[in-house]
Amino acid sequence: MSRRGWSLAGPGVGWLVVFFVAPLALIAAFSVMPRGPYGGVEPGLTLEAYQRFLVPIYLTTLGRTVVLSLACTALCLLLGFPVAYAISRSGRWKTLLLVLVVLPLWSSFLVRTFAMIFLLRDTGLINEWLLAAGIIERPLTLLYTPGAVLAGLVYGFLPFMILPIYASLEKLDLALLEAAEALGARPVARFRRVVLPLALPGIAAGSLLVFVPALGSFLTPDLLGGAKQLMIGNLIQNQFATARNWPFGSAASLVMLTLVLAAVVAWLRLRDRAEELA
Amino acid sequence: MTTRIRPGVAAFVGAVYLFLHVPVAVLIAFSFNASRFSAAWSGFTLDWYRHLFERDDLLRATARSLLVGVSATAIATVIGTLLALALARHRIRGRRAVEALLYAPVVTPEVVAGVSLLMLFASVGIPLGLGTIVLAHATFCLPFVVIVVLARLSGMDRSLEEAAMILGADEIATFRRVTLPQLAPGVLAAALLAFTLSIDDFVITSFVAGPGSSTLPMLVYSMVRRNVEPTVNAISAIIVVATTILIVAAERLTHASPDGRE
Repeated sequence: MSRRGWSLAGPGVGWLVVFFVAPLALIAAFSVMPRGPYGGVEPGLTLEAYQRFLVPIYLTTLGRTVVLSLACTALCLLLGFPVAYAISRSGRWKTLLLVLVVLPLWSSFLVRTFAMIFLLRDTGLINEWLLAAGIIERPLTLLYTPGAVLAGLVYGFLPFMILPIYASLEKLDLALLEAAEALGARPVARFRRVVLPLALPGIAAGSLLVFVPALGSFLTPDLLGGAKQLMIGNLIQNQFATARNWPFGSAASLVMLTLVLAAVVAWLRLRDRAEELA
Repeated sequence: MTTRIRPGVAAFVGAVYLFLHVPVAVLIAFSFNASRFSAAWSGFTLDWYRHLFERDDLLRATARSLLVGVSATAIATVIGTLLALALARHRIRGRRAVEALLYAPVVTPEVVAGVSLLMLFASVGIPLGLGTIVLAHATFCLPFVVIVVLARLSGMDRSLEEAAMILGADEIATFRRVTLPQLAPGVLAAALLAFTLSIDDFVITSFVAGPGSSTLPMLVYSMVRRNVEPTVNAISAIIVVATTILIVAAERLTHASPDGRE
């Protein structure tokens, strides 16, 4: 039985080993090798690529990436929680409201980012309307700002926060809320003591699902942030596309993977604690 | 009643829904705008759509995307379905490791997946082009195929297979006559999902594409960067409508019953 199982699993596992594991092992190796004179790498062992991160401009990029990703996660939670709560209490509108949350996830991310540019650029719709209404006299610079990147990230990943919170609130027993009310708990207390603890697993999962792609984002800062709002994703792309510094690009990739792994571990911890509370 | 949504909350929720949908809706609306400088509405036109069909580069890029999508989907669907069958129906050693191997690519940032594949192709000396794009796409589609087919397999009734065996069908006949027909909608849904992921991908593709192998998203990206006329809006509108249709079809198939009824 076991042999038959492996002959079925073999091609898929082999494929992932060759095209996923091996390439990651390769960049891990490249990250500790000296840079070749014309790009590429040379044999040897060095931590030069990692030391390069300690230069202020790269530390700034790293810091900006973490701060923007955390801010994006917090904003998604703030916007997403009421939506998830409303969907879970919406009765016959539930399916429609859920479809409207899922649909954007399946529209091309590139197209959605372009949609943001279309609204935010100097000749974009927002500036055009504000000018027409006489509220401003010249176009505001909305694009190529940290705000634009943050808006793009939230716009891109918000559904990832709403869906898991909805899934955990869906299981919430209304009788619990009624019991709390009958026992004299005020709305704020009902929310804090009943709704929030039950929603915690969803909040943890949603935060992970938003934080991880935000950390790894490339298109959003590339198109909405311009040259001044680089994130690690852009830094990595630069090293391979223009700077031809494979070791540094590989090291930056491993730093990004480490941050992703840290987020996953934090989520596992939080999930365990939520299970204890429940 | 505690369950009622307060008006304030309802208004807030409505605003969030607008935030999620207005940008793309506006984008599509302005694909019908007569003005080349697209900020103000100046009348209805289909010119931008007509322009699309006059652009050879766009048609060629679309053809490339379709070719890549079909090839990568074929590879991912076949080996992904086999892997799902192995996980659902057989006791295999190292199951935990196989599952980790399936989920790791899903959480790996696209930029990292892209550069690491680029490094593999560069080190082995495989020239970049449509072939490397197909290899990369099949890789990121594979875990999604396994997850969708596994979901279908876990919802299937095994007693039918057991009945076939008791009635004397051998393993191959049971698979062909009983398992496969029940599994088919799940496999088709997985294939549609893989195809959608493939024709949509920009980041990974941009790393492993060579000169002259630009796919549709790569061309759209360069149009967005140059920020020219509303033809970008028109192509965007077509992409949104096409992927929505594909996804709705995949969703229906996942929940369809084996004999085709809803």
